[in-house]
Amino acid sequence: MTVADALLLALGAVAVGSGFLVVTSVHLVRAGLYLVISLGAIAGLYLVLGAELVAWVQVLVYVGAVVVLLLFAVMLTRAPIGASKDLDRPATPALLIGGGVGLGLAVLLVDAFRWTIYPQAETGTAERMGEQIFGAWVLPFEVLSILLLAALVGAIVLSRPDLGARRPAPVTADVSSEASVPETAEG
Amino acid sequence: MIFGTLLVGVPLAVGLVGLLLPPGDGDRSRRRAAAALGIAGAAISLAVTVFLVLVATVFPRHSANDPIEFSHRWVRIGDLDITFGFSAGAAALYVALAVTIVALAVQVYSVAYLHDDPRYAPYAAQVSLFTGAMLLVVTANDLVLLLVGWEVMGACSYLLIGHDRRLPEAPRAAVKAFLVTRVGDVGFLLGIAILGVSAGTFQISEVLAHDYSPGTLTAALVLLLAGVAGKSAQFPLHTWLPDAMAGPTPISALIHAATMVAAGVYVVFRLYPLFDRSPAALAVLGVMAAITLLLGALSATAQDDIKRVLAWSTVSQIGYMTGALAVGSPGAALFHLLTHAAFKALLFLAAGAVIHAVGTNLMSRMGGLRRHMPVTFWSTAIGLGALAGLPPLAGFWSKENVLVAAAHATDGGGATPVWVAWLVWIAALIGVAVTAWYATRLLLRTFFGVARAGEDDWSIGFDDARYDRGSARPHDPPRAMRWPVILLAVPAALLGLVAYLPAFRSALELAGPHLDVAVLLPLALLVLGAGSSWWLWHAAPGTDPAVVFGRARPVFAAGFHLDAVQERLVVRPVRALAGLLKTVDERVVDAAVEGTGTTTTRLGTLAAAAHRAALPRAAVAVFAGALLLGVVAAWWGAAS
Amino acid sequence: MHAVIPYVTAALLFGLGVYGVLRRRNAILVLMAVELMLNGVNLIFVTADATIRSALVGVQVEAWAYPNGEPHAGAVFALFVIVLAAAEVGVGLAIVLQYYRLRQAVVVDEVALHHEPHPADEQVAS
Repeated sequence: MTVADALLLALGAVAVGSGFLVVTSVHLVRAGLYLVISLGAIAGLYLVLGAELVAWVQVLVYVGAVVVLLLFAVMLTRAPIGASKDLDRPATPALLIGGGVGLGLAVLLVDAFRWTIYPQAETGTAERMGEQIFGAWVLPFEVLSILLLAALVGAIVLSRPDLGARRPAPVTADVSSEASVPETAEG
Repeated sequence: MIFGTLLVGVPLAVGLVGLLLPPGDGDRSRRRAAAALGIAGAAISLAVTVFLVLVATVFPRHSANDPIEFSHRWVRIGDLDITFGFSAGAAALYVALAVTIVALAVQVYSVAYLHDDPRYAPYAAQVSLFTGAMLLVVTANDLVLLLVGWEVMGACSYLLIGHDRRLPEAPRAAVKAFLVTRVGDVGFLLGIAILGVSAGTFQISEVLAHDYSPGTLTAALVLLLAGVAGKSAQFPLHTWLPDAMAGPTPISALIHAATMVAAGVYVVFRLYPLFDRSPAALAVLGVMAAITLLLGALSATAQDDIKRVLAWSTVSQIGYMTGALAVGSPGAALFHLLTHAAFKALLFLAAGAVIHAVGTNLMSRMGGLRRHMPVTFWSTAIGLGALAGLPPLAGFWSKENVLVAAAHATDGGGATPVWVAWLVWIAALIGVAVTAWYATRLLLRTFFGVARAGEDDWSIGFDDARYDRGSARPHDPPRAMRWPVILLAVPAALLGLVAYLPAFRSALELAGPHLDVAVLLPLALLVLGAGSSWWLWHAAPGTDPAVVFGRARPVFAAGFHLDAVQERLVVRPVRALAGLLKTVDERVVDAAVEGTGTTTTRLGTLAAAAHRAALPRAAVAVFAGALLLGVVAAWWGAAS
Repeated sequence: MHAVIPYVTAALLFGLGVYGVLRRRNAILVLMAVELMLNGVNLIFVTADATIRSALVGVQVEAWAYPNGEPHAGAVFALFVIVLAAAEVGVGLAIVLQYYRLRQAVVVDEVALHHEPHPADEQVAS
């Protein structure tokens, strides 16, 4: 059992444990915070496995942006800060399927890899990763940037307050009719 | 050949053309056209028949027994040929003569009897069609052709019984007649099929010569007897004939007295060489005949409706004919058939005249008509005398022949079993007495005694839609009705004497009439029957002599309740079966067909509802499917 | 290092994510569970990259079909997945917030996937 193994075990335990708490916690905000811990542990795992860039991007984007966004949404939807009782649907199908998937995959992977020892791979530094991204993977990279743009535009459009109204807005009378349209959402 | 075709073809063609004519509702010119067509058709047939009879008997080409024959292949079904064959032997021609004479008389009579009928044209056309079909049965040389004629007769009988739509009982009676004869016709068809298929041909001349195995032959003949029983109103398929009196009286005369009911007898006569080889079939025939004879005679004694008396009388007299066939004397049967045609047609037409005059069928409302209707009275008297077997009228000679044949057969030696011969002979003797009894009763109640029908100027207030109450006083019928009656009285009186003609006798293979001591027995029975009836009448004038039967009277009047038995044993189970089949058809067959539609719709609705699952349920479904697929793939990969 | 450890961790994370998606009633919690799933997948990518890459030492790159022979392909994919997750969360939360505006709640149970039939249509169809 090398140091790497011990680290993998520890970090893996933290990740799985906090992940468990994310999906079972009755506190909404605590679930978000447990997610932070889980994602952080996963970043640590990446580091041990030698993917440095991925680890830091995980921390920056996932922990830094995504979870913050989720917490913002929690607050904007006036989620109860304390414990709430009716957060969960019936457990049986979820247990069956979730348990089945998780354990099935685990069994599959254990059966595939057993206790094989793999030597440490070379680390994925920013330089090496950059070579690959802008070399072999430049086209997907570009497509991804378009995707991000589309997501951005889409999020803005979806957030418009007059999205629920169902009447076609004439081009010239846009300004005046917008003012007279009753808000379908608030109030 | 031409004349054979003409004989059958003319009435059929006339009938078919006549059906195309408009019904002639109240329009005298149209009715005249239809009547003229009908009469012309019957007259032409009569002329052709007379010609053929002359050719056959007066100018014999070969011997008098050689029939005028021709055949032409018509249809081939597999190995079997169906031919268009005619065979007009002398016996067939005599029957054809009787048929055409009665048909012509009926056509003429109907002009006056149905003078206010709005649907005269189809009536006349159907009568012509019927005549053609009967002639086809008589002259056919091919079993299938005979069957065609047989069935057309049945159809015309149905149409004609139900002719007057204003009567409530007519359609029921027509359906009953059709269905009861149909039951017999099934057996008839099967019998013909067995005969034809075993012989390899349907031609009658070849069928008669073919050597059948006894079992096949008996089976086929017994099945044929079912058809004979149906068409000729023998026990147990006789129940339709009394009810068929709901049809117009000329139809009763033509179909249910003279011709159609005789067709069964004729068929047995025609196929007699086969019957001769099967004692079992003859035994069945004999038992049937004996029962029918007595059944008909006893039922006739207690009827109130004059036509029903004659109907039951017909049943009984045909029992004589079938009895003669059973004891091995087809000639005697045919002779009685001819005389019966004459006097029964006469009686029916005369009864029609009485009904026309009085306005009712019921004898309890008649009486004392002798003074007002002399022609009718004497004609009826002659007819009833012939019926009872009073010498020297026609019925005496033919009935004598039957009795002698039966007595002869009791000595044994023929194909008929001896016990059958005894049964037939004793039944026939008892029948003589009972026939005389009811014939006398009919005469007395209708024509003698106090006039129960109103002689006053005011008319009775019931509205019998059929009859024209022009004048209150009953009178002899108009010319068109009177002359057929008078003309039919001639053969009713004199036809028996042709038994002395050798040509006639050899054509029918009849024994000559020998008047010896054995004649006295039936004469004595006749006197007994007629005398007791008259004495009862004389003792209590105006009452029905049948009251002497006491409690048996309603049983006789209801025909021994055989209608009710038939209803219970056959009609109800068949109706129940039909209801069951209808339910099966609706609930199972239709439901299966409709069920495919509703099931598909329901499945579609179910699938649509499944598609409309809310988000969580949809998510569960998707993940479950993915898990399942993954497990299957892993398993497969591990297995291979 | 024993590669089976991160693999099993990833499998368990994925299972937990599925459990969370099917169990949670609040839409935002469902999104959190989806993040867990994505992270599980990412972990497998990275682990595979480390293990297979190390197993492929000494093999000619051209002998393998593109892109299996590329170095750090798994890590690159993991990066792409992170980008996609970010985009997805952005759009997803926009939808959730819009839904919140209409219904004042973000309960997943009440989201109808089919178009609610118009009352007149319903009468015609029935």
